[in-house]
Amino acid sequence: MAKPIETLLDQYGPHPHYMPAGGWHDESRQLPDKLVKTHCCFCGQQCGIQLKVRGNTVTGFEPWEEFPFNRGMLCPKGVKRYMQSSHPDRLLDPLIRTGDGFRKAPWDEALDLTVRRLQEVQAKYGKDSVAVFGGASLITEKSYLLGKFARVALGTKQIDYNGRLCMVSAGTAYKLAFDVDRSLIPWSEIPKADVLMVIGANVGDCAPITTDYIWRCRDRGGKLIVIDPRMTPISRNADLYLPVRPGTDLALLMGMLHVIIRDGLIDKQFIEQHTTGWDAVAEGVKEYDPNRTAAMTGVPPQSIEMAAHWFAKADKAIAMHARGLEHQSKGVENCSALINIALATGHIGREGCGVTMITGQGNGQGGREHGQKCDQLPGQRSIHDPAARAHVAKVWGIQPEEIPGAGVSAQEIMNLIHSGEIKALVNICFNPAVSLPDAGFTREALSKLEFFGVIDFFLSETAQFADVVLAGSLQEEEEGVTCSAEGRVIHINKATDPPGNSKTDSWIICELAKRLGKEKYFPYNTTREIFDELREASRGGHADYYGITYEKIDQQMGVFWPCPSEEHPGTPHLMTGGISYFPDGKCRFQITNWRESGDPVDGDFPIYLTTGRVVSQYLSGTQTRRIGSLVDVYPQPLVEIHPRLAEKYGIKTKDWITVTTRRNEITVQANVVKTIRPDTVFIPYHWPDARSANLLTHRTLDPRSKIPEFKVSACRLSIAAAPPAWAGHTEVEAAKRGVSAISRAPGMAEPLIKIGEGGRR
Amino acid sequence: MFGYEFYLDPSRCIGCQSCLKACEECETHRGVSMINFDFIDRPDGIATAAFVCFHCEDPTCAQVCPADAIKVGDDGVVQSALKPRCIGCANCVLACPFGIPKLVPEYEQMMKCDMCYDRTSIGKKPMCATVCPSQALAYVKPDEIAALRREKPVNTFYFGEQKIVTKVYMMAPAETDFVSVDVMDYTWEPEDAYAN
Repeated sequence: MAKPIETLLDQYGPHPHYMPAGGWHDESRQLPDKLVKTHCCFCGQQCGIQLKVRGNTVTGFEPWEEFPFNRGMLCPKGVKRYMQSSHPDRLLDPLIRTGDGFRKAPWDEALDLTVRRLQEVQAKYGKDSVAVFGGASLITEKSYLLGKFARVALGTKQIDYNGRLCMVSAGTAYKLAFDVDRSLIPWSEIPKADVLMVIGANVGDCAPITTDYIWRCRDRGGKLIVIDPRMTPISRNADLYLPVRPGTDLALLMGMLHVIIRDGLIDKQFIEQHTTGWDAVAEGVKEYDPNRTAAMTGVPPQSIEMAAHWFAKADKAIAMHARGLEHQSKGVENCSALINIALATGHIGREGCGVTMITGQGNGQGGREHGQKCDQLPGQRSIHDPAARAHVAKVWGIQPEEIPGAGVSAQEIMNLIHSGEIKALVNICFNPAVSLPDAGFTREALSKLEFFGVIDFFLSETAQFADVVLAGSLQEEEEGVTCSAEGRVIHINKATDPPGNSKTDSWIICELAKRLGKEKYFPYNTTREIFDELREASRGGHADYYGITYEKIDQQMGVFWPCPSEEHPGTPHLMTGGISYFPDGKCRFQITNWRESGDPVDGDFPIYLTTGRVVSQYLSGTQTRRIGSLVDVYPQPLVEIHPRLAEKYGIKTKDWITVTTRRNEITVQANVVKTIRPDTVFIPYHWPDARSANLLTHRTLDPRSKIPEFKVSACRLSIAAAPPAWAGHTEVEAAKRGVSAISRAPGMAEPLIKIGEGGRR
Repeated sequence: MFGYEFYLDPSRCIGCQSCLKACEECETHRGVSMINFDFIDRPDGIATAAFVCFHCEDPTCAQVCPADAIKVGDDGVVQSALKPRCIGCANCVLACPFGIPKLVPEYEQMMKCDMCYDRTSIGKKPMCATVCPSQALAYVKPDEIAALRREKPVNTFYFGEQKIVTKVYMMAPAETDFVSVDVMDYTWEPEDAYAN
């Protein structure tokens, strides 16, 4: 009895919304009641912004030039973020699934039903048959609360979050090398470097504000090395561009270290005083001479040597990386190989030196520090560490043995849902139907759940599978903190209340806990109370927030953790002097071993497919596909193809191209450009259903970080006989016609979304 | 804002279109962007450029306006055509050497960047230059730009015989004194080689 998807879209969108509350010429022109200093809800840059608030509506924004990180600068997503307030798609009531769609429900009914079903599933299949999915766009208070909710209220070990799709490979590598998971430097160091090496980071599109820091480095005479299969916007000013073949970054970095050793450019003193494990790493790169490396990576030997020389010889050098390096089945090795270079050349712990991960999600840093990760407790503590368990148990008022052990990662949870081991899921701030790899598999899995509860403010593609949707809150509707990519903890100020009958996320989570009979562990009236408990829980951990208060953040324009006491100013620079967080203070070289991608190219699938983002969209697009002005910038996914590859197939720009991998196929329009390797195609991943690049990607994980290999798949291309069914029926046309989109797979017998089918109640 | 100047540096532009989106927020032309934005040649490269009005000292648009609708303020800012006077003839659109003015059909009026008069008149920076993440559009003091950038600001342009001096500066390589768009300035032949 599945309700046709078109009807859901008609009701709940995404509808692109083009105007501020009350239109361009009315309400939004009135003087605001107040300007609220807060931060953008998108991306790990966490730019300072002032929201104009009138009544209970955000009507516009004003740049916040005093905030030091972005000094008023904003990308288009930041400029238009306020359009979410008063959005017609906003969920204003809880929803309960009916035979053919959803009906509005009172809170008591929706919450009681959720709790009853979760208890039934746990009684029948055990505690761990219920899983919790969190998100890295939640304020830190909510992510802390969610970790406690899973472990204390539900008693399940199965909690993980969409940060698993972000920088976990980097986090793992930094823990292995330095025993701390954070950028080693604040962004103010970037302009001081003599050489910047940016690898696998589309800074212009995905971290736009960072561009200005890079340009300032160049204005000072610094050299810029860009390593990427695509010429992304920052490569326009690169002094050296290395067009690495997807999935071969590891070979390239090992090749660079080979050159550094061969040409006597290592920093012997730093290696001796500050590191362990050098000899084995030096031995491991012996075979990676420039010619062999060039053959593996597609980068000329001279460029490999030049990059190695520039980086090693520079007095000050910084290596910056993001998902390109990390979204691989050897993501951790990739990051370790980069850290190895920085250590071997002594570019750690000094001014203008360091390695930095450009964390991508809004609270990607803070969201991973306080207990949403399956194997961590608050303060970036290991869930296996008895002392950590004892400390956190004391703060929570329970016995250490009551804290469940480590669960599994986000993709592994989805695998367990598919295999039937996990029967129920509570999901907040995560849209796995769009963002997890192998989307066909994800959809099958979601259809198998015996109970699925979602907390969200819009009906995401994932929420379409839900039994109960609890209408939650936007970022600006609760006070709290996030932690930016720099490691700066910042203050999110509340601007408005949740509209209609929607509620704050923290209220919803606490109500669920209460109805699960755990009220005494969730006594909070405000998020400030949650934050104060979080400070205690994190105390003594690496990510020590004990000395951070909302007031101190306001006074200092952010506080960098660790901040162990109220007198402590915070720690912008980690590892000053090259002293790591290990007991011996040494940094640890990591041996890296080459291996093939989990989805290798061959005769049948001869072309590399890589995925990523565009500047106008954020992650799975739940929010940004609803903002018309952003939708217009890049309305639909295109496949980027080099003219040489295009010529082979007779492809021209705007032709409809079917891209097929070992799992699935999608049909999108071609964008023939010289800015991508001729053996590679690129599709951005922000769209759902038949337009989803993640129908094509595969579920191979890095064995340690458990990050999926989004950046390397094997595909083949063909010119489609006809445009896909979705062409001309997307949200863009729908908005113009006042009706909504049809999302069915081109050339597939089955609709992609099968709501209510596949063993659902 | 006193003491501040507008600087354009397309070499910094990352094509994010934040300027374009922010311009829509302006109080004087709500929902309509006055930024001229281009992908220079997307098939062959990634270069993009965002432009505001150059605000010429002796604006060509005003010279060719048959209705005398285009005025320059005391601050040197060239305004959009005065609504009661503009006849929508598009002379200015055709004549502007930088290609800036737009005829907005819904408004039956030539509209263009007025350097955020609503903001600069009350001590705020223009919206586009405030938000620009790459600072390809920058509104700063001349000594700041001199200290921070390796390029040099230039505000003299030659379009063939026409010399234009502008309020807005363009960042150019350090040895540049003016920008010329006459190919003769770059040919090996002497300047008078093709003279009549």
